[in-house]
Amino acid sequence: MTKRLLACLLCLAVALPASAAFDIAQLMGDLAKHKGGRAKFVERKYLAILDKPVVSTGEMTYTAPDRLEKRTLTPKVETLLLDKDILSIERDKQKLSINLANQPEALAFVDSIRGTLSGNRAALEKNYALHLAGNSDKWVLTLLPSDQKIASMVQRITVTGNKNQVRIIEYLQADGDRAVLNIDPVDPGSGK
Amino acid sequence: MTRPAGRALALWLLAMLAGAVIVWNSRFSADMSFFLPAKPSAEQQVLVDQLKEGVVSRLLMVAIAGGDAADRATASRALRARLEKLPEFVSIQNGEAGSTDADRDYLFKHRYLLSPAVTPERFTVDGLRQAVGDSIDLLASPAGMMVKPLLPRDPTGELVALVSGLNAGAQPNVRDGVWASRDGERAMLLIQTAALGSDTDGQERAIGLIHSQFAEAAADGRLSLQLSGPGLFAVKSRATIKHEVSLLSTLSTVAIVAVLFFVYRSLRLMTLGLLPVVSGALAGVVAVSLAYGTVFGITVGFGSALIGEAVDYSIYYFVQSGRLGVDHWRARFWPTIRLGVLTSACGFGALLFSGFPGLAQLGLYSLSGVVVAALVTRFILPPLAGSNLGMRDLSHIGPRLKRGVALLQGLRWPILMLSLTAAVLLTVNRERLWHPNLSALSTVSAADGEIDQALRADISAPDARYMAVITAPDRESALQAAERAGQKLDRLIAEGVIGGYDSPARFLPSEAMQASRRASLPPPDALQARLQTALTDSPLAANKLAGFLDDVETSRRQGQVSRESLNGTALALVVDSLLVQRPAGWSVLLPLRPPGGDKGVDIAIEPVRAALAGSGALFVDMKNEFDTLYNDYLHEATLLSLAGFVAIVGLLAVTLRSPRRLARLLLPLLLSVVLVIAGLHLAGQQLHLLHLIGMLLIVAVGSNYALFFDDASQSARGFEDFDDATLVSMAVANLTTAIGFGTLALSKVPVLHAVGITVGPGAILALLLSACFVSRKGEA
Repeated sequence: MTKRLLACLLCLAVALPASAAFDIAQLMGDLAKHKGGRAKFVERKYLAILDKPVVSTGEMTYTAPDRLEKRTLTPKVETLLLDKDILSIERDKQKLSINLANQPEALAFVDSIRGTLSGNRAALEKNYALHLAGNSDKWVLTLLPSDQKIASMVQRITVTGNKNQVRIIEYLQADGDRAVLNIDPVDPGSGK
Repeated sequence: MTRPAGRALALWLLAMLAGAVIVWNSRFSADMSFFLPAKPSAEQQVLVDQLKEGVVSRLLMVAIAGGDAADRATASRALRARLEKLPEFVSIQNGEAGSTDADRDYLFKHRYLLSPAVTPERFTVDGLRQAVGDSIDLLASPAGMMVKPLLPRDPTGELVALVSGLNAGAQPNVRDGVWASRDGERAMLLIQTAALGSDTDGQERAIGLIHSQFAEAAADGRLSLQLSGPGLFAVKSRATIKHEVSLLSTLSTVAIVAVLFFVYRSLRLMTLGLLPVVSGALAGVVAVSLAYGTVFGITVGFGSALIGEAVDYSIYYFVQSGRLGVDHWRARFWPTIRLGVLTSACGFGALLFSGFPGLAQLGLYSLSGVVVAALVTRFILPPLAGSNLGMRDLSHIGPRLKRGVALLQGLRWPILMLSLTAAVLLTVNRERLWHPNLSALSTVSAADGEIDQALRADISAPDARYMAVITAPDRESALQAAERAGQKLDRLIAEGVIGGYDSPARFLPSEAMQASRRASLPPPDALQARLQTALTDSPLAANKLAGFLDDVETSRRQGQVSRESLNGTALALVVDSLLVQRPAGWSVLLPLRPPGGDKGVDIAIEPVRAALAGSGALFVDMKNEFDTLYNDYLHEATLLSLAGFVAIVGLLAVTLRSPRRLARLLLPLLLSVVLVIAGLHLAGQQLHLLHLIGMLLIVAVGSNYALFFDDASQSARGFEDFDDATLVSMAVANLTTAIGFGTLALSKVPVLHAVGITVGPGAILALLLSACFVSRKGEA
């Protein structure tokens, strides 16, 4: 047991030599301190079938550790609410609720963003291998799915941020399409 | 034996033989048709059809518990795989991935004939721009993940339009890829049997198969299976009735034989005494079988009460004629007994007019049983028994009984006061006396009901409370009517009155609708030109949509979608259950879903009725129909009981020709009814229909005893000189009647229990109170 632990630590040390001063534990600690806040977002989806990206904008509200509301205002009003394991989507007059406990793949996907926002390293490492680059002021966290089922949907998730604020989330899907979510806090001081 | 006696006996034997043959060939049933209306209204017919043949009546819910989630999921898959091969089941759902592929393929392949959005406007330049624009917008949403792969072939989003009308409501939980209970601790399956809900044998076989297949699939014994559904209730209820019919009849027979043996101390007399009983019971079944074709198990169960009642006549005969001989008995006592038989017949006969088939059968069964028992006693028993009965003298008990009667007579005022109190109690509590609905008569135990509720909630099984029903001469017009009603229901969805609805036309549109949708599809070059114009500024280039053009052209050229096209999909089952061929034509069922959320689980009935008015669709609220049905039964039973009572009073009035005697005779009977009902209420019993019938029977049966006392008070010598033997015979006859009805009170079948618990004590009270109020010397 001790041997394996040592081996893992060694691996980490080799894999992330540059970030010795700023490691995942530290980042997660910073993120966990973020208690939530409001932000504007712009999401661009680059799809092979479309000549131009689809752009949607709106507002996001995060309340640590497990409530996230994403209100899309353009091109069409839509509300997405993630509360614990219940994901609800409201669009037009239709409302759809999904219990993520029933959808392991979707849960893993949702955990990537939720785990990052709340600094929950254990939840992230359950499904992804984590790689960190940069420093506290500008860090890039890369999530590579370790499960084949998730990998068949998403190749890589890249999260960019400064301090405890997530700024950009990029999803690279298995088919090469990607989505880039830019987050712009409305009141950056509120989280501290 | 004399020659006329021999003739009578031969005739009786022949009749019995013929009766036995009829009974042998009778159809016995223990299903719910006992409770279903004989002459249903249009709404009630829907209810009856649903209960007998509806999909919901064929659904069984199964839960697998024990082990861990992976074990349960494995067992669930194995059970589904096994049951799917058996012809006894039409569908086994457990939420497994892949089980809906065939449905999705059907919907996608035929989307241009099925989608309600397909109209000529949809394929104009503006329509295409709008529809494709909406699809691209949807790509921006998280739901876009699902839409993206379909976009090149379905840029107008027809599949989305199709699927959005389906029930997006509660879906069961999923663990390890199969349905699970809300707490995740049990794997759940929803099974539809091939056997109709009314086919109890078929349901029993299906349930047996589920258990045996599960036992083989999960042989290590760590997992357990729980099952519920209407089929199980039917099977259990039949088992209960079967079990009780033999148990109750045996109990009552043994007890009565013991009493007779104790009284007669003669095997010969005891056997002879049972002759009218056997004849009566046989005649009852024969009459019901001939009149209704099917004999309900509950009716036969009522036999134990009939035994107690029918044996009375032979008791009167043996005990009363013992000292004075047959001729004296015929002259002295037979007229009183005959009048008693007639009052009983009035009571049972009133039930014949009931629209509640079970009640009418009970009436006919008892009526023919009692009349035949009396006739056999009068005409067959005397020649068979001969002139020397060898009956031991019981008159020494007489004086003791008389002392008891004298004691009772001292209690007249207390009894009157008690009855008055009881009457006040009943008047004050009259709103709370009655059980409000038909479930009072159900044999489903509370424990089974709870298991059913729990499984139903875990699997979100449909309860099919609200329905719109359409009838039409043929399939095409039925589907067209369904489409017209659907348009009205769509408006109700938009207004938030209902949450949604199911329709067979969604998966199998009428031919007219298919033709009109097909006609909306433009030819390839026209479509391509319009698409080019519509998508000029769109991020989606028209040249990427070759698949779309191909699919539209295929739809334009392909034939109609027919019922056969659905084969192999689960949608076929949906269509078959919602579009049903009946002897008189076709029926369409459109189950409606409540709006849900803060608007609750009820649908406002009036707006739906108003919206559907003129469309030929009948809106039915099943729960409401059940309640109405029960109230109709109750209302009718009240009228019948009153009519029966009036008939008895009329009969007595005509015979006795004395209001004073009539009043004296009726008073103890009415007091008995009041005291028994008050007693039941105080004991916490909620009264239902059969208690009401029981009240009538207290009067009908109790009048037999009252008549003897009335007769006694008429003889100039007065009650103190009342014939000792007669008094003894009444005591014994009353005891056997009380035993007969009393055994019914032990029954778990509410129909039997209610009659027993009412009439058993009522008969004893009728005797005691008649004795109490019989006129003393010098009174009459």
